[in-house]
Amino acid sequence: MSPNAASANRIDRAFTRLRAEGTKGFIAYIAAGDPDLEQTRHIAFALEAVGVDILELGVPFSDPLADGSVNQAAAIRALESGTTVPGVLACVRAMRAEGLGIAIVLYTYLNPIYLYGFDRFLADAHAAGVDGVLVLDLPPDEAGRNEELRRRPAGLKMIRLIAPTTPPERIALIAKAAEGFVYFVSREGVTGEQASVSISLAEQAAAIRAVTDLPLAVGFGISTPEQAREAAGPVDAVVVGSAIVRRIGEHGASGEVARRVAEFVRPLVDAVKKDF
Amino acid sequence: MQTLPDAHGYFGPYGGMFVPETLMTPLRDLADEYERAKRDPQFQADLANLLGDFAGRPTPLYFAERLTAKLGGAKIYLKREDLLHTGAHKINNALGQILLAQRMGKKRIIAETGAGQHGVATATAAARFGCECVVYMGKVDMERQALNVARMRFLGATVVPVTAGAATLKEAINEAMRDWVTNVRTTFYILGSALGSHPYPMMVRDFHRVIGDEARRQMLAREGRLPHLLIACVGGGSNAIGLFYPFLDDEAVRMVGVEAGGEGVGVGQKHAARFQGGRLGVLQGTKTFLLADEDGQIQLTHSISAGLDYAAVGPEHSLLRDQGRADYVHATDDEALSAFHLLSETEGIIPALETAHAIAYAVRVAPTMRPEEIILVNLSGRGDKDVQQVADREDMLESVATPKI
Repeated sequence: MSPNAASANRIDRAFTRLRAEGTKGFIAYIAAGDPDLEQTRHIAFALEAVGVDILELGVPFSDPLADGSVNQAAAIRALESGTTVPGVLACVRAMRAEGLGIAIVLYTYLNPIYLYGFDRFLADAHAAGVDGVLVLDLPPDEAGRNEELRRRPAGLKMIRLIAPTTPPERIALIAKAAEGFVYFVSREGVTGEQASVSISLAEQAAAIRAVTDLPLAVGFGISTPEQAREAAGPVDAVVVGSAIVRRIGEHGASGEVARRVAEFVRPLVDAVKKDF
Repeated sequence: MQTLPDAHGYFGPYGGMFVPETLMTPLRDLADEYERAKRDPQFQADLANLLGDFAGRPTPLYFAERLTAKLGGAKIYLKREDLLHTGAHKINNALGQILLAQRMGKKRIIAETGAGQHGVATATAAARFGCECVVYMGKVDMERQALNVARMRFLGATVVPVTAGAATLKEAINEAMRDWVTNVRTTFYILGSALGSHPYPMMVRDFHRVIGDEARRQMLAREGRLPHLLIACVGGGSNAIGLFYPFLDDEAVRMVGVEAGGEGVGVGQKHAARFQGGRLGVLQGTKTFLLADEDGQIQLTHSISAGLDYAAVGPEHSLLRDQGRADYVHATDDEALSAFHLLSETEGIIPALETAHAIAYAVRVAPTMRPEEIILVNLSGRGDKDVQQVADREDMLESVATPKI
């Protein structure tokens, strides 16, 4: 093992760099294959160009029960464009070959990767250039109780969620199982935009920080630069998803979707990079 | 008696709690409260009173004499859950869960429904306890079970149409879970079948085991012996597990669950027979057998009966099948329709289309058994809700005097 093995993962490198720069991270979520995988590649490079630190790439599933209508519609568009698990992995491989440098986290439900083969999926994702995996309906408890869900190749981070309904003792359990960063869901509910950021975010962030040194990202409901900046205050990174996905839905057929998405995301990124 | 699931909701390798983090703690709280309620004599007394005075238990065990004679084999008994208030077994579970909601101080009730029987049972229970009630139902199911939609509305419930995907039971569960994730602090989700995350498969089974407990006692009183074969239809599997569970230790009693064979289970044919060509996977909170394509996307299912039209089977059934304790077969739409007519004409009982699948298997197997052998079929629901659909399908609408809903 090289002395740099621990920092070889792009997620670790991103947060190390952010800490050194004294700025916050920006994580952008898009559904892979919406409107198709070729556009996904263009969008990914456009997001990197406007300063996105981590790309969260949704693997489409027919029954995304933790997602709101915007992300559900995107998953349906992705499936209709013929997107499959092997297709998403090939897309990541291609983007790495073309020089995409930012960290990639795959956001998925368990069933598609369970049927692909959980171990095989993690190994293939790692080989393709994926840095982390977030499985929405795989809490750490269940990962521990099922032999076939336990193993993983070194280097790939298992990202874990903490919700407002998660009590303190469970926060500790999840933080212990988490790798890369802890993803705090800032409100109860499915994914989607909302008018204001949860007021108790600072309090909740402090409770999580009390039990882990991992970087903390907050997501679910952020759609404006003001919200992004406000949410970024007590955490290390913000996640914006549905607001971006909605623009992709609006411009998907236009041929200039990557440019439009970049225009929308640039001020959001800038909002979390200045004067912290 | 089998003491499954384990503390984490596993029936052997099946079951569990595969849900978003937001629901993990509310589900644990629900499981804890259920354990307390189970040991509370007051809760059990309240439930027994409701089941007796409000729902109409015990239901009769009925000897289907003319059907038996016609098929010329084993004696066929019917457990008459169709005679319960609201017309199906579903009320057993809805009353149990609404008592839990009362204990937990949750005044807003949500549910999913396929055929509408669980939705009607939940709306009924909510009306009885003065709770707000929202029922999610696939748009396709709302059309084919229009009578039940009207009933839910009369009972004061809001019925929300779900248009995603095949617009049937699976999509209704997705929407109900989204509602629950969003309103979890104020809302109780009355799930209607032995599926989903722990503790639902266990809780739903426990609230329905009264079917098997009564039937076992009634059969011993009537015949002085146990039945040789139990038959029940299996969508999620609630009426089947309710009948089977109290007989699990009676090794001589065979059990058969009947899935929806739809158009048939051949290549390219649509059905909802998870044990015919299904795969092990994870859907809506539970690890079990389900119908998915090679990429893990859940397949569109088809059954003439909305209540069996679902892509996954309850996890305990997956275990019973592994153990060889129960067998699972299927009946096609056409077989179910024939059985629907046969039971109506020979016994004067119009069964639900779901239940007709169980009858269809009895029709198949009874002639191969000896006259001294006994079959017990769970007559899980009555067919009033299906009259319009069957009439439409058979193009005899004008000759049927049913009001247009």
